[in-house]
Amino acid sequence: MNQFFTVDVLTVTVASGIALATPFLLAALGETIGQRSGVINLGVDGIMLLAAFATYYTALQTGNLLFAIMAGAGTGTIMGMITALVSVTLKAEQGISGIGIYLFGLGFSALLFQKLVGTPLPIATLPPVGIPLLDEIPVVGGMFFKQSVLVYLAFLLVPIVAFVLNRTTYGLKIKAVGENPAAADSLGVSVARIRWSTVMLGCTFAGLAGASLLMYGGIFQVNLTQSEGFIAVALVYFGAWRPVGVMGGSLLYGLVGVVILTWKSLGIIPLSASDLAATAPAVITVLALLFLARRFRQPAALGRPYEREG
Amino acid sequence: MSGTESDEPMRATVAGGRVDLGRFLLSWFAVPSALIIALLLGAVMMLALGANPLTGYSALVTGAFGGSYALSSTAIQAVPLLLVGVGICIAFRANVFNIGGEGQIAMGGLAGSATALALPNLPSLVMIPLVLLAGAAGGAIWGAIPGVFKAKYNVNEILSTIMLNLVAVQVMNYLLAGPMVDQSPDSVGGLIPETKLLPPNSLLPILVKGTQLHLGVPIAVIVAICVYFLLWRTSFGFQIRSVGLSRNASAYAGMPVKRTITLAMTLSGAMCGLAGAILVFGSISHRMVTDGSLTGFTGSAGFNGIVVALFGGLNPLWTIVSAFFFGGLIVGGSSLQVATGVPSDLVTALSGIVVVLVVSLEYLRRRARAQSIALGGPRAASPPRRPHQDPPLAVKGGGDR
Amino acid sequence: MHRHLDRKLSLILPAVLVALVAASCGGSSTPAPASPAPSPSVAAAASPAPSPSAPAAASSEPSPSAAAATTLKVALVAPSAVNDLAFTQSMVEALNSLKAKYNLEIAVSDNQFVVATAANVIQNYASQGYNLIIAHGSQYGSTIQQLAPQFPNVSFAWGTAGSTYNLPNVFAYQANSNEGGYVQGAMAALLSKSKVLGVIGPIAVGDAKLYVDGFCAGAKFVEASISCIPVYTGSFSDVSLMATAATTFVANKADVLTGTAQAVVGAIGVAKSHNLPWFGTQWTQVSLAPSNVVSSQVYNWAPILEQILTEIQGGKLGGATFTATLGNGGEQIQFNPGFNLPAAVKAKADELIKGITEGSVNVPQ
Repeated sequence: MNQFFTVDVLTVTVASGIALATPFLLAALGETIGQRSGVINLGVDGIMLLAAFATYYTALQTGNLLFAIMAGAGTGTIMGMITALVSVTLKAEQGISGIGIYLFGLGFSALLFQKLVGTPLPIATLPPVGIPLLDEIPVVGGMFFKQSVLVYLAFLLVPIVAFVLNRTTYGLKIKAVGENPAAADSLGVSVARIRWSTVMLGCTFAGLAGASLLMYGGIFQVNLTQSEGFIAVALVYFGAWRPVGVMGGSLLYGLVGVVILTWKSLGIIPLSASDLAATAPAVITVLALLFLARRFRQPAALGRPYEREG
Repeated sequence: MSGTESDEPMRATVAGGRVDLGRFLLSWFAVPSALIIALLLGAVMMLALGANPLTGYSALVTGAFGGSYALSSTAIQAVPLLLVGVGICIAFRANVFNIGGEGQIAMGGLAGSATALALPNLPSLVMIPLVLLAGAAGGAIWGAIPGVFKAKYNVNEILSTIMLNLVAVQVMNYLLAGPMVDQSPDSVGGLIPETKLLPPNSLLPILVKGTQLHLGVPIAVIVAICVYFLLWRTSFGFQIRSVGLSRNASAYAGMPVKRTITLAMTLSGAMCGLAGAILVFGSISHRMVTDGSLTGFTGSAGFNGIVVALFGGLNPLWTIVSAFFFGGLIVGGSSLQVATGVPSDLVTALSGIVVVLVVSLEYLRRRARAQSIALGGPRAASPPRRPHQDPPLAVKGGGDR
Repeated sequence: MHRHLDRKLSLILPAVLVALVAASCGGSSTPAPASPAPSPSVAAAASPAPSPSAPAAASSEPSPSAAAATTLKVALVAPSAVNDLAFTQSMVEALNSLKAKYNLEIAVSDNQFVVATAANVIQNYASQGYNLIIAHGSQYGSTIQQLAPQFPNVSFAWGTAGSTYNLPNVFAYQANSNEGGYVQGAMAALLSKSKVLGVIGPIAVGDAKLYVDGFCAGAKFVEASISCIPVYTGSFSDVSLMATAATTFVANKADVLTGTAQAVVGAIGVAKSHNLPWFGTQWTQVSLAPSNVVSSQVYNWAPILEQILTEIQGGKLGGATFTATLGNGGEQIQFNPGFNLPAAVKAKADELIKGITEGSVNVPQ
């Protein structure tokens, strides 16, 4: 255990945990925005897969990582439009339509990958970028300030989203639409317009999440996300629909995963316990929620399509 | 189906509906139109991939429904979908979103296998019901945990069931490579997670010679019918549906809400566990075996079962049909792949499109029906079940749905 | 409420209609295998080398042309994608390389990771008159054990495994991946300055465990005090976990990495970005990290396949186990010319390969 508590190991552990948490955080933030406005999107995983493939394919064809990330985010936006059309305009049952989109994303990304990409080649991944000055702080600098730009973006989005939700009129409208759409409607807020915007925004975030996941490994595979998108949705509940809570949940999940791997590599966790140790992130997340026992309520109109009566 | 009448909240009524030709056409042709659109999209995709859609679709349908062997394969594929779907019917009706089907199936398979291996010499008549019950029990436990967490600690079940799936896969790998692995010298236990060969008395007998159609199929159908009666003909079923429609109203009426929720999740898990046991004891391989992932054992039944249930309108009887249909899609997908070289992922993508289209067109049909509803406000026009809403009791502003 | 009733009926009705129409149109023909060759006789005519005119093993369908060319219908069922740069790809490539020589009609069902579905696929192939069905995955074994007796005229080849279940129509094949692992482990120990090696695996079963154990044994043989602790991430397909595992190794001063499973591409990416040497297995992974891959233990199934095909042509459908080793060409250490390997290390590797081949070096199981 002494080996674990060395500066080098701890630095890498925390830094890796942050990097591993990033795709979860991005997807969960997007889902939070959507859910605060009353729309639940279970198709996040499918959107992440489509975006990851788009990112990968664009990077393969153009070699330009910026274009690739934009392609990923753009895929998310397009899927957001479809999701919004189905969930908001056509008022479909959101749980079902989300799973339908997941199945579509899973199948279509696999199909495109197998048919468009012959032998998979890795793409150049995003290099870690140090923030000048900050990254020279002993210990902490290496942990937090030597990450790829997508990681910085994800964590920057946390206070931004929190600010928008809590301090802007737009955020107010989002929350109103999520809690009591009829009242918001009577006050002149266009419920449909707000929900369209949150869903598209949320799905764009999911697209970024897919791009960041791809950048992590540098190559696409069928079902790359391994249902991470659903974990991201679960983390929204963990975070009580608050960006900071969601960030906490993502970090917890990512860090525990990395710690387990580190302990395995140091021999702290013996081989016989390897399988059971891999359950740690899930168990700890549930236990954490159990003990925190927060009583935050979900948005009252969550999952209910809104139809103006009269 | 009489059972679905109680979907409507008790205070809304449907004032006479004169049969309107427009509405009639819409409601009868909306869903088929969705299917046709999906088929066309699939054909376009196949053409883009250089395959002949006619060959592809005919292979799909033939592989799924063409002949007794295909039909039996479809039926067998439908069994876990049906059982999981029935479990979802119970859970959703109680407003609990059980996404833990995959883990519950695995736990059921493990429990059933362990029982059979521990008591190998029992006669079939005792053994088979025993292992199936053991499987149900294993799944029930795995469903009870999130049920208790939700009822007592208000831990959202989407979170806990997803997390328990992650735990289940590791438990499965640990058991199948460790305590439950096949140790016989001639085996490859230790090479791949699998159990010893299951005692022959525990295997589900095949009903139709020349096919793989086993006892699990009628068992699943009977269970579905029983659950239908449970939900609509017993007071417990009434409690489940009532709690699902309104926790507060049910509590005021004196129903044990927390216990009902826990029991609903437990039953839901039990259904999945039973599916796992049938998967094991009806398998061609006569062992519980996987490649290290949950999906390798379940075939994503824990997940597809949700879609199946929703397509069956959360009614176990219709879920039978829906499961058969989806089972056919899956079986046909393999044939499609073999016939055209198009990966069966196309079928997955198409099934997603079908789901989205059908569910989207539902709105238009509802709109067409809305004219006939005399009373009631927003509630009467919207589908009654919203599995994600469960305001904790007596929270100000949370209120009734 | 009839809402549900009519929704369901309107779902079933068209489905049934479509089914009836399509079944009547296409029902008479059984689904054709997805083989690139349009028809057996055409393939025979197009094959450059004259195919041996040995009678094919008893197949339920008569050979199309009685002349020199008898086609062998071979089906391959594999758990991952044909282009996975690992397990499945190695078999697909080997099979394709023999197509002309043995006049094969090949059908491939890949991504069959659901064991129950794979069982159906195998059963379908068997009942469609395939001569040889290759079940390329240890998890298919129990299925083969049950199905082979039902199809005594079909030959089943199962790998990786060492048992034929004493069935007359089952061949088994396996790879002693610990041999190549041993050699590469020794090389890694020599290359490592920090004396810490990073080894990443999916789950401690099968081929993965065999390779990993051999690797660490070889490393310790060269350098007894070296640190070679394997990390099993718990999943064959989670790329991020493998990448993360590799990163934690790097933090622990590991300066040579290796790993196995289809998700290992994540770890290779980490090796690449930290510019560390990488040892690969199952298939050549040079394309993923052209200047970092030192060598790959490549499975060459062709010699084993040839033996199996020859036996089938001779009328023997099973009962033998084949092992790919360094000695018989089933495994090859392919050195990457793009990596600057010190001559001393290469010499040691060659010495070990020779020793293993001759039997003088004993690789622990």
